[in-house]
Amino acid sequence: MSKLKLDPGFLPWLGIILITLALIVLQDHLKWLTNYPKDLVIPFDRWLNSGMGFLITYFGWFFRGVSWLLEWPIDGVRIVLQSLPWAVISFLICMFAFIAAGWRLSLFALISCLYMVIIGYWSESMNTLSLVAISVPLAVLIGFGFGVWAFQSQAAKRIIMPMLDILQTVPAFAYLLLILMLFGFGTVVGLIASILYSFPPMARNVIVGLGRVPGEVIESGLMSGATHRQLFWQVRIPSTKRQLLLGVNQTTMASLSMVIIASIIGGTADIGWEVLSQIRKAQFGESLLAGLVIALMAILIDRATYGFAKNSSDYQPRYSAPMLRYGLIVIGGTMIFFFLSRFIPALDVWPRELELSPARSMNEGLEYIIINYRAAIETIKTMAFFFVMLPAKIGLQGSVSPFTWGFELQTWHSVCYAIAMTGLSIWCGVRFNMQLGFMLLLFAIFFFIGLTKMPWPAILIIYTYLAWKLGGLTLGVGTFLGLGFLVVSGIWPEAMLSLYLCSIAVILSFALGSGLGIWAAHNSTVSAILRPINDTLQTMPLFVILIPFVMIFKIGEFTALLAIIAYAIVPSIRYTEHGLRNLPEGVIEAAKMMGCSKQQLLWTVKIPLALPVMMLGLNQTIMYGIAMLVIAALVGTNGLEQIVYIGLSDGNFGLGLIAGIGLAIIAMTADRMTQAWSYKRQKDLDLQIE
Amino acid sequence: MENHDAGQAVKLSCRNVWKIYGDTSDSFFMDGNGNVDDTQAHVKKILKSEHIVANADVSFDVYAGEIFVIMGLSGSGKSTIVRCLSRLVEPTAGDIILDGENLLEKSAEELIEIRRHKMGMVFQSFGLMPHLNVIDNIAFPLKLQGIEKADRYAQAERVIELVGLQGRENNFPNELSGGQQQRVGIARSLAVEPDIWLLDEPFSALDPLIRKRMQDEFLRIQSKLQKSIVFITHDFQEALRLADRMAIMRDGMIVQIGRPVDLILNPVDDYVREFTTDVPWESVLCASDVCHKTSTSVRGLGRVPAATQIDSLLGYLAKNDKGVAVEAEDGSIIGIATASGVLEALANSSNVPPAQVKGTK
Ligand SMILES: Nc1ncnc2c1ncn2[C@@H]1O[C@H](COP(=O)(O)OP(=O)(O)OP(=O)(O)O)[C@@H](O)[C@H]1O
Ligand SMILES: [Mg+2]
Repeated sequence: MSKLKLDPGFLPWLGIILITLALIVLQDHLKWLTNYPKDLVIPFDRWLNSGMGFLITYFGWFFRGVSWLLEWPIDGVRIVLQSLPWAVISFLICMFAFIAAGWRLSLFALISCLYMVIIGYWSESMNTLSLVAISVPLAVLIGFGFGVWAFQSQAAKRIIMPMLDILQTVPAFAYLLLILMLFGFGTVVGLIASILYSFPPMARNVIVGLGRVPGEVIESGLMSGATHRQLFWQVRIPSTKRQLLLGVNQTTMASLSMVIIASIIGGTADIGWEVLSQIRKAQFGESLLAGLVIALMAILIDRATYGFAKNSSDYQPRYSAPMLRYGLIVIGGTMIFFFLSRFIPALDVWPRELELSPARSMNEGLEYIIINYRAAIETIKTMAFFFVMLPAKIGLQGSVSPFTWGFELQTWHSVCYAIAMTGLSIWCGVRFNMQLGFMLLLFAIFFFIGLTKMPWPAILIIYTYLAWKLGGLTLGVGTFLGLGFLVVSGIWPEAMLSLYLCSIAVILSFALGSGLGIWAAHNSTVSAILRPINDTLQTMPLFVILIPFVMIFKIGEFTALLAIIAYAIVPSIRYTEHGLRNLPEGVIEAAKMMGCSKQQLLWTVKIPLALPVMMLGLNQTIMYGIAMLVIAALVGTNGLEQIVYIGLSDGNFGLGLIAGIGLAIIAMTADRMTQAWSYKRQKDLDLQIE
Repeated sequence: MENHDAGQAVKLSCRNVWKIYGDTSDSFFMDGNGNVDDTQAHVKKILKSEHIVANADVSFDVYAGEIFVIMGLSGSGKSTIVRCLSRLVEPTAGDIILDGENLLEKSAEELIEIRRHKMGMVFQSFGLMPHLNVIDNIAFPLKLQGIEKADRYAQAERVIELVGLQGRENNFPNELSGGQQQRVGIARSLAVEPDIWLLDEPFSALDPLIRKRMQDEFLRIQSKLQKSIVFITHDFQEALRLADRMAIMRDGMIVQIGRPVDLILNPVDDYVREFTTDVPWESVLCASDVCHKTSTSVRGLGRVPAATQIDSLLGYLAKNDKGVAVEAEDGSIIGIATASGVLEALANSSNVPPAQVKGTK
């Protein structure tokens, strides 16, 4: 204990714990500590709505004009894709895959195309593809422009960077409505949303790439007598080609996922709409089949664009012969398939009666499983609900009852809990470090009271203090203002519901993911099995991940939780494995020479050293978790994401946007805090992470 | 400078050049005038305000056709000063005079013209374009000038031959060894036939054998092309082989300028002496470096040319106490070289602490 008292960081923590306890006690008497008074809520949403009304009244013509203009290329591409025989398009897709990444991908492309045709989703797939085909070039151009601008002007960069952050963190559902109101109903909404969401990765890659060109390459360009423009186009851009192509890859993936998400507003007859309407009709076989189309498309597009980026790094002599040959093959093949399809109609439009749909038997199989394993499924669900989710939400004090836990919560239970947790915290504080002890104590308090029952000033104080400790004054103030916004705009309770679901998911993902990552780092077989699974989960549009869970566990928070974990676990696994596998050799060898056992080596050397990287993994896990949370609103959650969704379906733009900004605030503060923590550790350990 | 042949024109001149890194670096000088009264005091003042002094009051001249070498410890400001010479870095104060005109007053367009036709630079880490193959890398400066493909390839082929890279024209930089990459860098800087050639540690990445070969090639190229060269190195042996004159830098300032042999024989301080410690003196010194001027007659003494290396004279001097007369190219007598003169020169260039000699006061 004497050691603890010496630590100068001791007092603030103690103060925070005491204030929290005091607030909890006062809560029963001062109602406004639990619920921020309704009369003091600032009606941001109404202001936004009236601002919107003004905008539409006076500038509506402008947006409708843009919309009208954009309609043309969309229709054009769609008509071309729809009227060309599927055989021709499939051939072109296979050739594209071949040129990008070789015959394996080409084979994959062929199978994917055949699947789309035979299952009967060809026309829907082409509708999706046509939107992506228009949005990617536009997004790449816009992203390039912003990237170059930010690179050349510090002032511009200071505005552009936060704008990119906002566009990537504010949930799409929140601004879909904005676009819908401004540009009118139709495919153009999906296009604009997709451009807005997918140009930021391009811009980021441009900024990073241009910044990374080695100084001496620039200088040698200057000494060669390059003018400003020559330096840009002939030195900077070519030597950062790989990064630019990576940007194109990310932009394409983002564009596809947003096109899918935007189909929620309907009227597009694309594959995303197909999935969604099947889920709504509880037709899980069909939704899974359609979801698979999206997954195949995503994998194909990802591997092809990534293939281009990868190949661009080794500059091989470029003979003009193969390109010419490819050109001839493409033209010749197209002609051949075109004429073939004139004579064999099945190559033009696949006949309905030849379509294969295993959906019915899938549904039956699913029903069989659900009926036979109902007991097990129900048990899993209730266990998770009673022992994990409910306590986190309304605390042990609210959730322990004869109905759930089998006994009534007595005072002596609480006292025992308090003593046990305090003891554990003190032990942790002495054994490991003080902060861990205090964190544990706070966690125990949270778990007893419940996140949604905590007085909001307490959370505000704790969160702000943490941010300040980790990221300095700016982050502290930013966090305080951000959370303050949640309070005064009256969405605090829902924010806590989002936080509750997301926290459980993140904690579980991180725990499970780190475990798997550690395993994979020490076992190459596990690593080899996990890698393709991770790859697939990461490229999958979020919609698709929902499907299997909804099929088995039906609508509800538990389903949402599982879906979030399935998606958010990936970065935890990846970063943990990466961190452990890339430790400085010398340190490990030195530790072995000192006689560390395997366990000691892992816990006392490897994990502490890999912790900064693992923290970056946690950071990504949080971001992934929040992204999935938004989509999970579709299967019935209660937090901010649900308000966003309701705002969209009710046409309440202001409300939806406020809730969306709320989610973005949570995401950004969590992002900055974990990053700051990781960099601090990195600096302490003197490690370099790329 | 006093040692330099008169009649050769100053090609490039660096006058009181300062380079300060920091937020308010300009505030230390009036109108970019680098001629301050007390350099040391000024540096102290700048350092106190948390700025970095990369170059302080650097002045030197480079004559047409000479190789001027700059040496100094890491961080002493060598790279910065050559970057000032080419205006890749804008000096905080001072003047750079090229062919009698102030380089710092040139507009951006004029500067591009100068770089296109008058200056070539070789970078320490090559600075090759990763996306261009050897011939396109070398022809890159010509391409920027808008020269036709056939012409610029013909010109590039000429310099490729000069650096001995024939047959590697279609390779990309990542397919070449470090030495080959550096030769591409050298060829590229030569492609535009510059008058001024700036080389920043061009051979430091190479192993000793290749380095020796590159130095030979460098001297061969120079004997053909007669450029005015500023050459940075860490290696005194290299400086010795290449330099007509050299400068030693410390903390951004020039400590001493002179012929290599002047630095060996008359180092201004221990810092300069450190650099010259391991030099094989006998291959550096020649008869004129150790001779004493004399008014007495040299009749009866043997005669040797001024450039005779000392190691070839040692045997003669050991047997002839009176020494040997040293004569200049025109036949006039410069002075007499004696065994004790050689010892004295040696004593000057040695930095071993003198032994305690007992017995005499
Ligand atoms: N862009 C910059 N910003 C701040 N300080 C700089 C910058 N460039 C150089 N310096 C500083 O100027 C000083 C001189 O650097 P310079 O690169 O000229 O050294 P150098 O003599 O070439 O060293 P080396 O032999 O290691 O190449 C160093 O202290 C360096 O830290
Ligand atoms: Mg240098």
